[in-house]
Amino acid sequence: MKQKLMLLLLAVAVGAAAISAQSRRNLRINEVMVQNDSNFVDDYGHHTAWIELFNTTHAPLNIASVFLTNNRATLDENLSSKERKAMMYAVPLGDVLTKIPKRQHVVFWADGRPTLGTFHTNFTLQPGQDNWIAIFDGDGHTLIDSVTVPATLGPDQSFARIEDGVDSEDGVKLGIEAWEIRDDSEGLPVTPSSNNKIRETNDKIDMFAEKDKNGVAMAIMAMGIVFSALLLLCICFYIISKIGERVSSRNKTKTLSSSETEIHVEKGHDSGEEIAAIAMALHEHLNAHDSENTVLTINKVKRAYSPWSSKIYGLRQLPQK
Amino acid sequence: MDFGDFLLSNLQQFWNLTGFHNATWRHFVMLAVGLFFIWLAIKKNFEPMLLVPIGFGMLIGNIPFDTTAGLEVGIYEEGSVLNILYNGVSAGWYPPLIFLGIGAMTDFSALIANPKLMLIGAAAQFGIFGAYMVALLLGFAPDQAGAIAIIGGADGPTAIFLSSKLAPNLMGAIAVSAYSYMALVPVIQPPIMRLFTTKKERLIKMKPARAVSQNEKIIFPIVGLLLTCFVVPSGIPLLGMLFFGNLLRECGVCNRLAKTASNALTDIVTILLGMTVGASTQASEFLTPQTVGIFALGFMAFIIASSSGVLFVKLFNLVLPKSKKINPLIGNAGVSAVPMSARISNNLGLEYDPSNYLLMHAMGPNVAGVIGSAVAAGVLLGFLA
Repeated sequence: MKQKLMLLLLAVAVGAAAISAQSRRNLRINEVMVQNDSNFVDDYGHHTAWIELFNTTHAPLNIASVFLTNNRATLDENLSSKERKAMMYAVPLGDVLTKIPKRQHVVFWADGRPTLGTFHTNFTLQPGQDNWIAIFDGDGHTLIDSVTVPATLGPDQSFARIEDGVDSEDGVKLGIEAWEIRDDSEGLPVTPSSNNKIRETNDKIDMFAEKDKNGVAMAIMAMGIVFSALLLLCICFYIISKIGERVSSRNKTKTLSSSETEIHVEKGHDSGEEIAAIAMALHEHLNAHDSENTVLTINKVKRAYSPWSSKIYGLRQLPQK
Repeated sequence: MDFGDFLLSNLQQFWNLTGFHNATWRHFVMLAVGLFFIWLAIKKNFEPMLLVPIGFGMLIGNIPFDTTAGLEVGIYEEGSVLNILYNGVSAGWYPPLIFLGIGAMTDFSALIANPKLMLIGAAAQFGIFGAYMVALLLGFAPDQAGAIAIIGGADGPTAIFLSSKLAPNLMGAIAVSAYSYMALVPVIQPPIMRLFTTKKERLIKMKPARAVSQNEKIIFPIVGLLLTCFVVPSGIPLLGMLFFGNLLRECGVCNRLAKTASNALTDIVTILLGMTVGASTQASEFLTPQTVGIFALGFMAFIIASSSGVLFVKLFNLVLPKSKKINPLIGNAGVSAVPMSARISNNLGLEYDPSNYLLMHAMGPNVAGVIGSAVAAGVLLGFLA
């Protein structure tokens, strides 16, 4: 029993860890600015390079103990976990702000001054050269996401994903095609801590409003789906019921052929016990009351005399004169 | 300021907070509607379990008060008790809990014994999409039209669930409309059933359903969940809870859980759901021309759904052998509204032939309607959310 309980607890723990790890792997580098001359300012009024991370999930994501780095040496498989971690910036534990709400962003300042707060990294980015940036999971080994920001990125320009958190299309990895250089001009806004692609309306609804003005397409598609779902269920249960019928008829034949005892029917008065026994046998062998939640209870009714239950003692007695 | 002025100014302030000072004609209209619902429930016995909480909720929600005073008492004021209770409606977690209870209460034997009845439950969902088309014509946006159209599914929890996702601003009107028409099923459906059937059809006697084994009953919720949710994953909250509740009931080893789900839990959630839905009909939010449109569309959706169920059975009978014909009076039951619409099929059947009991046959399309409307809600959610 104890062993079973331990196994169960272990399974739950492993499952929980897997879920946590899986959700953190949905973290993405979303936008990067290397040379910040007159763009976004940090809490101290400084213009420094920044890295925006995006939670692609529809659940809050705590990124505490995730590692950020710009050091390619961390990819060396021969390094131990400890050595790798020493080369990276660990997002501190215990800060409530490290919990990113669903589909939201967080900005890290790459200013090399981690003492300024949780969101200030211990490394800086170098303008005029390729900057490789990566995020690793808490083990220091698992690479969650990485990007190489091109050297051509100018001052106050950002390197951003075209669509927030999207790195593949129809299951195919997009790589660098998912990114673009933005210079804060019309149509190419630099968007620290906000969506790279701003949606003002729901695309799906707009599409239906435009292409299916009278709702016929929706009616055809939706009714088709509802019918198919229930038809599938119908076919499935038709097959199951046929199998069930066959199995039960085979069982019945088996039972009949195995019984060689002749049954003598004698007419006469059946006692209550006999009828109850027959009912129980039918219930047991034919499963006759299967569709009901029947519990057969046979109790002997005792009507033993007791002055406590006798009616006459409960009635009000008239006082004797 | 002397003592008299002090008293007077405070009493004046208090007067400004009272319902008498803040009342408008809209409040009185809504209070009258609430009282009408309570009267319908108590005197006419129309779905009292729903209409009493909704009607009283309307009274609670329409007591006039100064919304600018920051009293945190209104249902739409963040942090108020009513607002906390309303979270189950606005975030859509009451409906799946109700579905858990429905699953634990429902015996799917009639459907398992005669699986073709599932198609009637599917056909009746045409009411939803017929109403969707009309709502678009009336100028509603596709998401609003979808939320309104689900009234045709005759399933209150589904209507609340979908409207909370697609059109939260219309949810109060949609929920009240859905529950009102569900309560009025005995009035709305019989004329439609008579209109589309001949006397000969109403007399059709159906073969008694075969006994269903325990194994089949256990397999049903598992296979049902996997098949329907693989087709429509957006229906997981409703279908998942419905089939889970049913497995608790049928597995035979979780009787305590099944009992809790079908009794105590359902009762608690029904009270909270009904009361908060009623309270959400604050006059300022509820009494708009849109609400009138929603009620009209809901009524139409109900009629289309009931008619399409009956007409589908007639159509289906054309391809069925004579011995397996279905009485079209059970077609109306495809709109869910469990078990009221099945009872109506039975009553109408008995009216024409006192020995023709249709209740068990009508329960098949009735529970198929529950599954069908949850699937339809999932489809609308998938397309429009």
